[in-house]
Amino acid sequence: MTVATLLLVDDETAFLDAMTKRLTRRDFKVLTASSGMDALEIMSESSEKIEVIILDVKMPGMDGIEVLSEIKRKYPLVEVVMLTGHATVASAIDGMKQGAYDYLMKPCDMDTLVAKVSAAAGKKRQHEQKIIEARIKEITSRRT
Amino acid sequence: MPNQATERDEHYKALRRSIFITVVLVSLIPLLVFGGAIRYAFQTSYTEKVQAYLETLVKKHAQNIDTFLMERQANMASLAAAYSFEQLSDSAFLEQQLVRFQNAYGQVVTDLGVIAADGRQVSYAGPFQLAQADYAEAEWFQHAIQTDTYTSDVFMGLRGLPHFIVSVRSTASGTPWLLRATVDFLAFNDLVESIHIGQTGMAFILNRKGELQTQTKRPLSDLRHYSTIFEDRTHQADEILFGNREDAAGRDTIYVARLLKGGQWALIYQQDERDAYRDLYQARRVALVTLILGGLAIVTMAVLVARRTVERISRADQEKEVMNQQVIESGHMASLGELAAGIAHEINNPVAIMVEEAGWIEDLLEEEEFKASQNLEEFTRSLQQIRKQGIRCRDITHKLLSFARRSDSRVGLVDLNELINEVVGLSVQQARYNNIAFDLDLTPDLPAVQVSQTELQQVLFNLINNAIDAMEKQGGSIGIRSWLEKDQIQFEIRDDGPGIPEVNLNRIFEPFFTTKAVGKGTGLGLSICYGIVKKMGGDISVESAVGKGTRFLISIPAHLPEPEPTDRAAN
Repeated sequence: MTVATLLLVDDETAFLDAMTKRLTRRDFKVLTASSGMDALEIMSESSEKIEVIILDVKMPGMDGIEVLSEIKRKYPLVEVVMLTGHATVASAIDGMKQGAYDYLMKPCDMDTLVAKVSAAAGKKRQHEQKIIEARIKEITSRRT
Repeated sequence: MPNQATERDEHYKALRRSIFITVVLVSLIPLLVFGGAIRYAFQTSYTEKVQAYLETLVKKHAQNIDTFLMERQANMASLAAAYSFEQLSDSAFLEQQLVRFQNAYGQVVTDLGVIAADGRQVSYAGPFQLAQADYAEAEWFQHAIQTDTYTSDVFMGLRGLPHFIVSVRSTASGTPWLLRATVDFLAFNDLVESIHIGQTGMAFILNRKGELQTQTKRPLSDLRHYSTIFEDRTHQADEILFGNREDAAGRDTIYVARLLKGGQWALIYQQDERDAYRDLYQARRVALVTLILGGLAIVTMAVLVARRTVERISRADQEKEVMNQQVIESGHMASLGELAAGIAHEINNPVAIMVEEAGWIEDLLEEEEFKASQNLEEFTRSLQQIRKQGIRCRDITHKLLSFARRSDSRVGLVDLNELINEVVGLSVQQARYNNIAFDLDLTPDLPAVQVSQTELQQVLFNLINNAIDAMEKQGGSIGIRSWLEKDQIQFEIRDDGPGIPEVNLNRIFEPFFTTKAVGKGTGLGLSICYGIVKKMGGDISVESAVGKGTRFLISIPAHLPEPEPTDRAAN
């Protein structure tokens, strides 16, 4: 059974490969994107499936903060965990302000990452559940 | 560096000279101009005053002398008119007249005589044996017989004493005769001698031949100069002449003169210029001494002002230089920070891949097929080591990033022990290469200090790097200790290096002072530390013994929480 569907965004393909294999082994379904533009494209195709995005901050072209901002604008329910080798307080604060769920520094401990990603997925599901319940309540209240 | 120091010294020397000259000129020129103007005005006014006084004095005395002479002539004229030649030719009668005369006017007239036209003295009344004296050949007689009234020059005559004669001419039966009186020379002399002022002022009478007609207290020489008084006919008879001359001794003298006796005599008052203008010279001396003292004061002040100004400029220049150096160093730190951030990112990515790949292998080793492997344990250990070293790399880069973040001088609460650990962590490798070990003794739970973390970090870096540099040849240990003393957080950094000679110890906090080789040290490190610690309200001191080592002691005010107000505590 799939724990959650993730989109892993990093310009380092070797990192994407290793992470994909390790996360897949831990029952995550992993999609990958090697740039910000790719990530947005994938999101536009299968946003309903993706629950959590693991996003590198420093990437050529569109950087992680810009991608985060765009994703949060278009898909507010998706949770994002920032992952970077460039751990500055400023970029962390920027990320959290833009609505990132959490922040991790490379290289990270897999167990910590799994815990955070799972928690982010859980939060997303809870959020979705609340929305569904609210809709049901709204529909039932209309009918009555 | 030595060239720069020489140039700087030359620059300050030129500046000091320029300030000195400016101050001296600006102060002395007005003083001299003002002093000169005052001196000129005072001298003019004073000399005019002295001159006017002497002129009045001489004029008054000349009038007195003229009046005296005219009175004597009038006396003779009235006697000659009142009595006949025959009466006056009677010596007894003449004696009576002399006595009457002397009773009326005092001993001014010494004797009286009646002289016939042939020069024979017909009658005589007086103290000398001059009866029947013959004056036919006497110069005065030849002049006197020609004029109605006559006053002779002073001469010795038959009596062998200085005297002069006042005579009137009268006629008896168409034949002229003379009535003459001898004026008492001493009485007349008193009239003139009474004019004496100061130590050298004296009056005398000269005739046209330049012969003295009175006595003088001091001998006079070179009287020919005064002949010009008689030669100059442009002036009026009663005009006062004023002049200067140099006497035989070379002294400058002033003289005031007036003609007497219808231009035959001159009353001259003469005084040494220094004596006449004594007060003026005294004032000049006082002014000169004041000017010299004032000048000395100005020169002293100019030296002090120039020295102090240049010292201040030099200090300001040094402070500016230190600040510039700090700005440059801050720039270096900022650049270093950017570089560190870039490197951290570039290293962390491959390290992350390595760690993840190792993690992937670890994942795979959990498969059943690998569990039977004899080397499973060794694989696991090796992969854990890879991950551990990867994490270590990350920690190092994070320290670099943390260092890079702090290239500003914002003040905040800083945990000194944490900062010491961080700086030591970054310096430990360099120390190890130089065979130097760190020995930390940090008191736990110290209060924070409110300072700029970057600046305190810089102080620690500088002191630790200096200690490492000092021991780079022989190795040793660097001890760092921190503790709380009253309200001060103190820490010491000591090494067992070669120590600092006493001669250098007092100068090590001075900017540009360095004992390192040329190009190795700017001489600013410790002066920057000193400036930073002082800015923090703290203090830095050094103790050193050659061959034993050096100890820097720094104290910084602790940031202690303010005690709660007592009323709240009571509540």
